[in-house]
Amino acid sequence: MTDKFISIEGIARRYPAAGGGETTIFEDLWLSMNRGEFGCVIGHSGCGKTTVLNILAGLDEPSEGAVIVDGQAIEGTSLDRAVIFQSHALLPWRTVLGNVAYAVTSKWRNWDRARVRAHAQKFIDLVGLTGSEHKRPSELSGGMKQRVGIARALSITPKIMLMDEPFSALDALTRGTLQDEVRRICLETGQTAFMITHDVDEAIYLADKIFLMTNGPGAVLAEIVENPLPKDRGRIDLHRHPLYYALRNHIVDFLVSRSKTFATTVTDHDPRNVPVVRPGKPELVVASAGEDSIEASWPGLARPSTSS
Amino acid sequence: MTFSLRFRAAVVSIVLLAAFLGIWHLATRPTAAATNMSPEYAKLMGLTATQGKSAMPGPLDVGAKLWEHLRQPFYDKGPNDKGLGIQLGYSIARVGLGYLLAVMVAIPLGFLIGMSPLISKALDPFIQVLKPISPLAWMPLALYTIKDSSISAIFVIFICSVWPMLLNTAFGVASVRKEWINVARTLEVGTVRRAFTVILPAAAPTILTGMRISIGIAWLVIVAAEMLVGGTGIGYFVWNEWNNLSITNVIIAILMIGIVGMLLDQILARFTRMVTFPE
Repeated sequence: MTDKFISIEGIARRYPAAGGGETTIFEDLWLSMNRGEFGCVIGHSGCGKTTVLNILAGLDEPSEGAVIVDGQAIEGTSLDRAVIFQSHALLPWRTVLGNVAYAVTSKWRNWDRARVRAHAQKFIDLVGLTGSEHKRPSELSGGMKQRVGIARALSITPKIMLMDEPFSALDALTRGTLQDEVRRICLETGQTAFMITHDVDEAIYLADKIFLMTNGPGAVLAEIVENPLPKDRGRIDLHRHPLYYALRNHIVDFLVSRSKTFATTVTDHDPRNVPVVRPGKPELVVASAGEDSIEASWPGLARPSTSS
Repeated sequence: MTFSLRFRAAVVSIVLLAAFLGIWHLATRPTAAATNMSPEYAKLMGLTATQGKSAMPGPLDVGAKLWEHLRQPFYDKGPNDKGLGIQLGYSIARVGLGYLLAVMVAIPLGFLIGMSPLISKALDPFIQVLKPISPLAWMPLALYTIKDSSISAIFVIFICSVWPMLLNTAFGVASVRKEWINVARTLEVGTVRRAFTVILPAAAPTILTGMRISIGIAWLVIVAAEMLVGGTGIGYFVWNEWNNLSITNVIIAILMIGIVGMLLDQILARFTRMVTFPE
């Protein structure tokens, strides 16, 4: 037994290719997270991020390898692992309360109506939708819909919350408030969360560990970035922290150049022992090709960001 | 001052109706009566010859006759003289019965086809062959096997309304959004509960659209079926009045068939709206 709460052990996903043979999206992927941690996966489209999440959720099966959660290999979907879908996936014929209550009754089948209702209401209040319980999804804005999706996922008190780019369809302002909500809820409840995102700042704000994936097909987990920013970071003054740009530039550099060249430049990559990087703490930086810029821009030398 | 679109549309509708009735009235005006005709021949020919009355009834004739029918819709003076209400009642009852049977078969079967790719593929050739068969082609076979004309008519209604419902149900069930299924899967909802709480509500608008198409087809077919089996019903009434050369009654029957068909369609349209939720 290890202390790892989530342990992805050597999973691969292959699809039959057009002219016979197989296309490997990713293979030999090892990844682990501790209880109460917030992990974010960043990578370009097509690297298999969503597949990793779907395998974790049990919606998809790995071609090889296994996933162990809380000491047990997962088999199919489970109420222990709640998913927040990118497109919120609310049932349009049910009200806000109905959508959350559907999840609650799925978990606790013998609860009476009043108890289900009270429990659902608690989570609707938690995401700030008090007063909208009887609205249908079509009457809600995009942000409110996603709040319902979050309430639904949280209401079953899962061990892990899985999020597949949950805020990518929202405008910047709404996205910001929802990030605050998610961070507050995860910190308050000690929720373990695993999120896929394209947004570097979102990852920096929310995640404890950021998993960087190279481009697919044949994608690998290139490195794990530990977030050096303090736990009590705020979204508003995040960019003023002396380590912020070091971290951000490291991730952006990876996305811009190293995610493409990784396969050819790094030959001794061991997928079981992925280097852990902590930008801003030189003693922990695992030196690898083309990473000098990180030390150069530290500490607190605010360099204009290149892209996002 | 501007009126609502609805009001203006109603005005145009009324003008069109008035124009139609006016043209109809003018076109069926009496022409000059034939003058030199032997009295016996004139007697034989009736008003058409003696007063130049048009053989085609005008709107006023039809209106008067319609009023007569509406005042006494349920009279029964023997097999060849029943009120319009009774005849329509027979037709609606046949359509209702055949249609209900079709619902009971098509929706569960459609569910099965939609949920199981194996059954879908296995049944597909049968459905493809059976679907294009005119429902009336089944009539002789039905009469021979069932040996009851009234039940044969119900069978014909069943067979014609089953296909649109079956195909729409199967399509609706098969094309339920993947995410909704995934929601049910991540919540560990069992197959039966998933069918009733996710797939049925998600497919309901498509299923009801199929039911709406079916009721329309059933109402089209019942007239033809009743012309063949005879005895009762609005289709029989049309044919009987044609044999009586009562064009007035034929026109009234056509109008009634249209109105009842519209009502049936509107009822299903209302149900469809009740189960349709925008996202």
